[in-house]
Amino acid sequence: MGKSVLQIRDLHVEFKVYEGQLMVLNGVNMNVPAGARVGLVGEAGCGKTTTMRCVLGILQSPPGRISEGTILFHDRDVLKMSQANLQRIRGGGISMIFQDPVAALNPVFTVGDQLTAVIRYAAAKKMDKKEIRRRAIKALGDVQLPDPDRMFSSYPVQLSGGMRQRVCIAMALATEPELMIADEPTTALDVTIQAQMLRLLNELVEQRATSVIFITHSLGVVKEMADWVYVMYAGNIVEGAKKEILFANPLHPYTVGLMGALPKLTGGGIAEGIAGRIPDYLNPPTGCRFNPRCRRAMEMCSGERPEFREVEPDHHVACYLYGRDADVQ
Amino acid sequence: MSNDLLVVENLKKHFVTSRGTVRAVDDVSFAAKEGETLGLVGESGSGKSTVAYTIIGLHAPTAGTITFAGKDMSTAVQKRPRALKRALQIVFQDPGTSLNPRRTIEQILSLPLKVHGIGSRRARRKTVVELLRQVELPPEYLFKSPHMLGGGERQMVAIARALATNPSLIILDEPTSALDVSIQAKIINMLCGFQDEMNLTYLFITHDLSLMRNVASRVAIMYLGKVYELAPTDEFFERPMQPYTKMLLSSIPVVLPEEEAIKPSRIVSEGEIPSPVNVPPGCGFHTRCAEMGEGCDSDEPHLVEVKPGHFVRCHQCAEPVTAEIAGKE
Repeated sequence: MGKSVLQIRDLHVEFKVYEGQLMVLNGVNMNVPAGARVGLVGEAGCGKTTTMRCVLGILQSPPGRISEGTILFHDRDVLKMSQANLQRIRGGGISMIFQDPVAALNPVFTVGDQLTAVIRYAAAKKMDKKEIRRRAIKALGDVQLPDPDRMFSSYPVQLSGGMRQRVCIAMALATEPELMIADEPTTALDVTIQAQMLRLLNELVEQRATSVIFITHSLGVVKEMADWVYVMYAGNIVEGAKKEILFANPLHPYTVGLMGALPKLTGGGIAEGIAGRIPDYLNPPTGCRFNPRCRRAMEMCSGERPEFREVEPDHHVACYLYGRDADVQ
Repeated sequence: MSNDLLVVENLKKHFVTSRGTVRAVDDVSFAAKEGETLGLVGESGSGKSTVAYTIIGLHAPTAGTITFAGKDMSTAVQKRPRALKRALQIVFQDPGTSLNPRRTIEQILSLPLKVHGIGSRRARRKTVVELLRQVELPPEYLFKSPHMLGGGERQMVAIARALATNPSLIILDEPTSALDVSIQAKIINMLCGFQDEMNLTYLFITHDLSLMRNVASRVAIMYLGKVYELAPTDEFFERPMQPYTKMLLSSIPVVLPEEEAIKPSRIVSEGEIPSPVNVPPGCGFHTRCAEMGEGCDSDEPHLVEVKPGHFVRCHQCAEPVTAEIAGKE
């Protein structure tokens, strides 16, 4: 494995609400190798977006608070950075595509206004107006929007959902960031448009050798978009591996359950799914947070939290079933 | 056929707006047999929900007939016999908005019983508890209000409400698309159980083809307010004919290699669904079609039965078969 662009170590986040402390992130560990596409999969409310908000320093605080952990972008700790330095990283170093292209674009400014603003802020030194416009139009062309000049002066409402998401991708890539975070960029889109978008993203990322964190709740999408996959459950990364390894040999009972619950295109009915629901963050279960729903839970599972450890090359799991001298089948 | 429970013939629903007439449903015909699950798939804007709402009576049809259990239901909803309304129920997509937040679960579940005059007050409470038991929710949920429930549990309540009047046909309008896959699996299995137990007929609307493969007995695909292909499920997935069906199938992100194998791989997704205000002339899909031929952009194709039970609306795939039949004569 080469150098890492981003390393998240033991990240803990709490939210203070009226009822008490929500222990949302409970020791998240992640590693994004340079030039790799990393997928982060998990169900609603497991903390995927919260983790990424911490990376960009846009966690709403209060109520949120990062109580522990480090996030290294190259070798610098993002969490200890000044606002001014963070601002320099956002856009230029790390950019983000949000889930809902309708909410991500400001309806009262044209696409061009919003795109040039991103380029202007991320630029290291003052840039000529014409140059900014040229880059913006090139960015719109890069995402295969028809007639970039006309797009430049359109308002978001004049565009379809797919076109708006293309604009968001253009905004995220116009500044040529090293790391792009894509937060469910295709969830709001139809499956044919999703296929176009995934193809486009893959092409663009490959051309530029950008590192990507791709957040999704769909295992199918992650299979097309990632080299490495992390599976998240209730504020923990429970499993992380190279894509091929994970899909061939999922180990954590949650990953296994998730794959089983997926309806297959080949038919044959749907497996049972996973009993119960995601825990209450006010009083999360002790130990492994999956233990109340786990069919293979043992006594020790509700004791100490299992460590996220490598059980075979390129395969990490946080589960007591594995890792004792690596008895992986 | 005699065992057709619901017959929809040449159904049209147009909405007149200031910017033109939206042809949301434009000449749709299909029949649902007793005890089967008829799947209705399509992208957003294809008119599948409008079909559902017109059948249930939320919209009055612009033209065409709806026959349910041998009786004409094309009249205004107020004029429908109450007994028919009782036998026809719907589960909406978003359980967050389909349940009244100011009512308790008991009030929500007993309302259909009251409306249809089923049982005395005391008997109704018994029925409601029994309904909760059927959807595997504990009786203390009677006193909860919808916001205290998780998304999956709310959808269970919505399903219980649909079951309350002992219907023969339930329209399921994307019942699980707002939910996580592990919860989806549970709900789908429960729905399949009810179908076997009570001999229910489902009109199952979804955009998720993988899910459709596992629940439907026949699948109809909609595009721009029309049905483009209708076939028994296995036939539909293994021998799709309409280019749009092929594009949809090849766009699905899948996990297993055997799923990958049955996807038509050559079709690349292009373009977006046109506005139903300006429906293109000829075949509605010709703007995105890879197999477009002569006449596709001028003559409208009709839904033709190319094999027993397999209907296709396409000039390119319908003609060779009909020519063959003509040759034999």
